[in-house]
Amino acid sequence: MARIIVVTSGKGGVGKTTTSASIAMGLAKKGHKTAVIDFDVGLRNLDLIMGCERRVVYDFVNVINGEATLNQALIKDKRCNQLFILPASQTRDKDALTQEGVGKILDELAKDFKYIICDSPAGIERGANLAMYFADDAFVVTNPEISSVRDSDRMLGILASKSRRAENNEEAIKEYLLLSRYSPERVSLGEMLSVEDIQDILSLHLLGVIPEAKSVLNASNSGTPVILDKESTAGQAYEDIVARYLGEDRPHRFINEEKKGLFGKLFRSK
Amino acid sequence: MSIATKNPTIKNSVLEFKSTTFSVPVLAIYETELGHIKSLLKEKISQAPEFFKNSPLVIDLQEINRQEEAFDLLPLIDFLRENKLIPIGLGGGNNKQNNLAIEQNIPLHTIRNSQANKVVTQNTEKNKKDLVINRRAAEPDTAIVESMLISQPIRSGQRIYAKGDLIIMSHVSAGAEVMAEGNIHVYGSLRGRALAGVQGNKKSRVFCSSLQAELISIAGHYKTSEELDKTEHNSPVQIYLQDQALIIKEL
Repeated sequence: MARIIVVTSGKGGVGKTTTSASIAMGLAKKGHKTAVIDFDVGLRNLDLIMGCERRVVYDFVNVINGEATLNQALIKDKRCNQLFILPASQTRDKDALTQEGVGKILDELAKDFKYIICDSPAGIERGANLAMYFADDAFVVTNPEISSVRDSDRMLGILASKSRRAENNEEAIKEYLLLSRYSPERVSLGEMLSVEDIQDILSLHLLGVIPEAKSVLNASNSGTPVILDKESTAGQAYEDIVARYLGEDRPHRFINEEKKGLFGKLFRSK
Repeated sequence: MSIATKNPTIKNSVLEFKSTTFSVPVLAIYETELGHIKSLLKEKISQAPEFFKNSPLVIDLQEINRQEEAFDLLPLIDFLRENKLIPIGLGGGNNKQNNLAIEQNIPLHTIRNSQANKVVTQNTEKNKKDLVINRRAAEPDTAIVESMLISQPIRSGQRIYAKGDLIIMSHVSAGAEVMAEGNIHVYGSLRGRALAGVQGNKKSRVFCSSLQAELISIAGHYKTSEELDKTEHNSPVQIYLQDQALIIKEL
């Protein structure tokens, strides 16, 4: 049975698409057949991050409208044969998505795939609601700042009340916290909320902390999910997250400041 | 959220909904015979015409639907409007009644009704009595109000309404709103809004293990986070009403 994962946050720009791309790639690399769907109709980005923007022929909305089959629209990743991307339509808006249409596509994907990642758009409107409606697991991506935390909290409320599982009185969606763009240095300077502060507000299972890293932007620009960059701390963090999600017990990293030399310490002393 | 951040000088200064608490008469219907209801209503209105004139009203059909009796809502709404009452909400309606209410621009209110945890609470009905058309007015008040127990965190944007006491085992997030006609107990941090005694019960109280609330209200008397004494922040407190003033006391 396929597991549907929604990557969501409420707030925009926190790293949902980056996370979707890396998690999908990570799961596929582990040998699980994975599909990743861009729900951000009208603001298509996932194909860029995945580096397949020049191979898009049909999209999500085409499939919903019956203008193309699912197999025609799915793009097979060139780096990993277990990974498929279903791009969003750039010329339509979120109203083109219907609950029945999305449900049908997910059902069809579920026959063939082990994991289905739904990359949610920002906001709490139609696109975001449909992305999370059918989910089994939710990856809530949060930045260590107060507005992102509050938006995530809001999203968690919606996950608990407006999903298919909630409406059918089934077991609730499993919620995981992914803390992205975390900078331990800025936390110790008091400029950023700490993991503890955020956990105090959200009380969620922490799946991983992704440190702020230049490699993320570079990876996005080159269309390579950052998880493939073994040198990058963010890539390693996503690697950990995938492993933890699959049940491996890995200690958390990137939460505390790295030990600096005397020079670094002198520089930071206030 | 201002109180939970490290910088206490940031306040919600752009917008604040200051008067979220007010009592609204609830019209609970206990039988389906419209003629009877009309005549009783007319009688009530004639007793205090000014009070009822243009008064908002929430219609509660819980009891009728519990008895599974069919009840046509539209004539009642028409009748209320003819008599200058303004129905502003429907609670406990079935699908058909709810749809009708929406058509009539009347929002639905969740008058929650969990079957578990039946607890007899203190008599909160007294204040309502004048407002509720009670067909058994002569009989002693034997209403059982259920308390509501929630073990999940109340997230930002969620609203909870309890007819009796409200017990929350987890925290209440900033931007969430919890309301009860009775007392409110929060065993986690209270960061959102808590409104106890929303039907006017001045004896209701709010208890919480860490006070970081945006707003506390008891029977319509409220304080915003700005007015809450900083010394009680983050400590376990109870809040009650004494001589029209909210008293915050450490537990």
